Amino acid sequence: MPFSLAGRDIISIKDFKREEIDEILRLTDAFEPLADRGSDMLKGKIMATLFFEPSTRTKLSFESAMHRLGGEVIGFAGSMGTSVEKGENLADTVRVVENYADVLVVRHPLEGAARLAAEFASVPVINAGSGAEEHPTQALLDLYTIRRELGRIDGLKVALVGDLRYGRTVHSLAYALSLYDIKLYLVSPEILRMRKEVLAGIRGRVDVVETEDLAGILPELDVVYVTRIQKERFADPAEYEEVKGSYRLTSAMLSRLKPTGIVMHPLPRVDEVDYDVDRIPQARYFKQVRYGLLVRMFLLASVLGAI
Amino acid sequence: MREEEGLRIQKIENGTVIDHITAGYALDVLRILNIDGKDGHVVSIAMNVRSGKMGKKDIVKIENRELRQQEVDKIALLAPRATINIIRGYSVAQKTRVKLPEVIRDIIRCDNPVCISNAKEPVEPKFYVVGTSPLLLRCHYCGREMGREEVLKQFSG
Ligand SMILES: [Zn+2]
Repeated sequence: MPFSLAGRDIISIKDFKREEIDEILRLTDAFEPLADRGSDMLKGKIMATLFFEPSTRTKLSFESAMHRLGGEVIGFAGSMGTSVEKGENLADTVRVVENYADVLVVRHPLEGAARLAAEFASVPVINAGSGAEEHPTQALLDLYTIRRELGRIDGLKVALVGDLRYGRTVHSLAYALSLYDIKLYLVSPEILRMRKEVLAGIRGRVDVVETEDLAGILPELDVVYVTRIQKERFADPAEYEEVKGSYRLTSAMLSRLKPTGIVMHPLPRVDEVDYDVDRIPQARYFKQVRYGLLVRMFLLASVLGAI
Repeated sequence: MREEEGLRIQKIENGTVIDHITAGYALDVLRILNIDGKDGHVVSIAMNVRSGKMGKKDIVKIENRELRQQEVDKIALLAPRATINIIRGYSVAQKTRVKLPEVIRDIIRCDNPVCISNAKEPVEPKFYVVGTSPLLLRCHYCGREMGREEVLKQFSG
């Protein structure tokens, strides 16, 4: 039987086995030509985006994916002017909107929100980010980027750099990477180290090294995955300024990265990746955006049973 | 029970004996039951007494109090091998062993303030028992893991 996610919810990367993720990455390749010339694969289907907190980029990516497959899009972003502002809960919103759509894409500030939405919805729910905890489609597109650009994931040395404590994307990604045979470097200032519970979930499966020293390990790396360090996380502004500098990527610093290495970032960046890095051959963060579109096209087509 | 221990813990006429409590947890069990002795009834506690099965155990005797099922479930969280003896007229009327279910609903809430189960939604908190010694629960919604300390915090006060 061919691999299918028909009718399935995409809530957490932890709901997927390695073999399933491999299939998702493999089957996403076929959507490259459809992204270029369009398709009517999802003609007559409607996707509703329920964005209880704004995330313009993620929303645009899902909307574009749906449009390129010939589907229709409805939805809202932010709680302003919606029934949510009048106090309607998520469960009720879901039970209303599911009457208008074939698939729901949910983003919510509270953790576990997508799982709750899926319990109340009779149509598939895709988690587009819930609290600080999960962002499964980002993790899948990150894996897809690595596989497309380097041809494999097994055997690589991958560094996650920056805010590993609060960063939404790195928790899902670290878990997803731990399903592969990799060496994982966790590079962060002391106060932004990976949370204990996330570490516990990946230790023992892969070789994990925690360090504050990015420059020291850089020549060994195949993948440098950078995330933003937010000022709000620091009680002392001086400490922030100091930390910020040591995790800021510049083209000079990256001259020590091997030619086959790649630099990734979930975007938006602020100043953790210098603009001059855009011109080095290893930069891949804008390609990541393209690959995100392909992965989301595959996921929509698959949960809606079109492939 | 040997004679010297019998002297230490007086028999009760009516009430509950909670036996085979994990050694050192007797005071936590009393906290769960909101028992502070101020209602005037006899409460006896024995801690770290010898037990054939467990090496050491705690025992709690509470006069004039029978436990509700929800209280029994709470005790199971902290003392998974405890036995509950209902005493009527100085003899054991009923003896049950607590049982920690695989899924726990409604008796505790998630420790994560930004968990959706703590918001105004029509769902009850739900946890999976991931480990029993030490206790480890995982929230069905947000995935947050809670141990003995976090559980205990909710039962006091
Ligand atoms: Zn929770």
